[in-house]
Amino acid sequence: MTYESAAAFAQTSGLLYFVGIFAAVSLYAFWPRNRSRFDAAAHIPLIED
Amino acid sequence: MAATPTSKYMTEGEVGLGLALLVGAFLCALASARAVDAPFSVHMAVFALAAVAGIAAILKRYEERPAEAAPQQIDGKPNYNLGPVKFTVIAAMAWGIAGFLVGCTIAFQLWAPSLNLGLEYTTFGRLRPLHTSAVIFAFGGNVLIGTSMYVVQRTCRARLAGDLAPWFVVLGYNLFIVIAGTGYLMGVTQSKEYAEPEWYADLWLTIVWVAYLLVFLGTLWKRKEPHIFVANWFYLAFIVTIAMLHIVNNLAMPVSFLGSKSYPMFAGVQDALIQWWYGHNAVGFFLTAGFLAIMYYFVPKRAERPIYSYRLSIIHFWALIFMYIWAGPHHLHYTALPDWAQTLGMTFSIMLWMPSWGGMINGLMTLSGAWDKLRTDPVLRFMVVSLAFYGMATFEGPLMAIKAVNGLSHYTDWTIGHVHSGALGWVAYVSFGAIYCLVPWLWNRRELYSLKLVEWHFWVSTLGIVLYITSMWVAGIMQGLMWRAYNALGFLEYSFVETVEAMQPYYLVRALGGVLFLIGALIMAYNLAMTIAGKTAVEREPEATPTAEPALVPAE
Repeated sequence: MTYESAAAFAQTSGLLYFVGIFAAVSLYAFWPRNRSRFDAAAHIPLIED
Repeated sequence: MAATPTSKYMTEGEVGLGLALLVGAFLCALASARAVDAPFSVHMAVFALAAVAGIAAILKRYEERPAEAAPQQIDGKPNYNLGPVKFTVIAAMAWGIAGFLVGCTIAFQLWAPSLNLGLEYTTFGRLRPLHTSAVIFAFGGNVLIGTSMYVVQRTCRARLAGDLAPWFVVLGYNLFIVIAGTGYLMGVTQSKEYAEPEWYADLWLTIVWVAYLLVFLGTLWKRKEPHIFVANWFYLAFIVTIAMLHIVNNLAMPVSFLGSKSYPMFAGVQDALIQWWYGHNAVGFFLTAGFLAIMYYFVPKRAERPIYSYRLSIIHFWALIFMYIWAGPHHLHYTALPDWAQTLGMTFSIMLWMPSWGGMINGLMTLSGAWDKLRTDPVLRFMVVSLAFYGMATFEGPLMAIKAVNGLSHYTDWTIGHVHSGALGWVAYVSFGAIYCLVPWLWNRRELYSLKLVEWHFWVSTLGIVLYITSMWVAGIMQGLMWRAYNALGFLEYSFVETVEAMQPYYLVRALGGVLFLIGALIMAYNLAMTIAGKTAVEREPEATPTAEPALVPAE
């Protein structure tokens, strides 16, 4: 395996990996059905018992 | 001895841990007697004594405790386990003051080297790791373990998992600190920055850390709150990543199992890369992720406002942990490390601007609608200023990771200034804020002894930080410029000793800044001691003088 082929593989797969992770996390965070759950979670520190 | 009720038995945990400590005490005593070097002998004796003390503590606790295990709930409310948290708060304050004091000592040694007293135990080379470990691992570590045990209980609404395990974690961790610190003074080190303790201390920390992970996971497992709050994600990332970093970076072979010296498994540039993969992620996961967890719980709590954007906190978390792990090679610019790896480290460092500032903005904007509290609440001010310093340090860090800038800044005091704007401004300030919140909650006090003293602490230590970082910026950039200055004939303009001499006034200013920071911490310790003692400062009383009209309660 040459340096060029190793670098091409690492750069391409790294790009896909990070874009994929970011897309998945963003979809999860902004999915409309999760809105109420996250709004409630933002108040968790304020709950007293 | 009083007759115990027949229904009272020792738990399996008490018997098991007691026996393990007994075997441990015996083996350590044997190792101490047979040790091939004096520091190892001392340390094994310390371990043996600690094990015996542990057995005594288990027996004493058994005598005093009721027959049944502590209930999970009392009157439908979770029965929180706060004893270990209280211990860490006091330990953090004590280690913090010790660590700041050693820091001031070595700062003055740089100004006047004869202050090392000519003794091997007090040389800069031995005191410097004592300072860094005392402030990062002893002060910071106790804050992280304590707050994580508090926050995970409150946000899961469940009692901390384990009976003896939480105590084993906090006491075992502090024993590790004692072993590490005394080792440096005796010259025991494997010479890896922030990972100086030798193999036997590393093994002990591994055991303690796995117990910590299990206590944390066990509490999450028992949670009554269905959602795992974002602070717990950050704490978990901190615990898991530190376990991984600690084990890989400390893979070593002891020269003798009865001696302190070991050799690392990796050599040369591989060793350097592993070391800075560890070192930078100690910054990323110990000094950042863990303290961001503190931010996500204590800032909303103190400001009495929900988190500004919970969605942003999710993106913040995943972006931060996926990027930080790659940034380490920026510590090895222009070394034998391959060029592509240096560029990779630099690129990821610059990308870290986004999650760092996203998190800072999320913390600051949590105050929207409550900004007026900054005027009256110095505890909240500590936390908000910590976020400002976090933003500043995480802007400066990626800047210094750029190879061209690093060519000027590396090996100079600019690095020291950068580290301290993060350590004093961000880590210590957010910790002070959290401790000022925690002490009245833990000891059931209505408020702190004196908010005026918190004001004093805030301004004295802020002035100290400003003196520290400005002097180190000037010193560092001047140093970098002097090292690379050439004369008309192409020779170096300055000899090395001339650049050292030029540092002297800045070293004095830096040391004075450190002293101010230490004074602030002493004010804090006094304030906390009085709060725990249940005292209230006079400042709140005068309004109570008998008058016909009802006195207005001053806004706090």
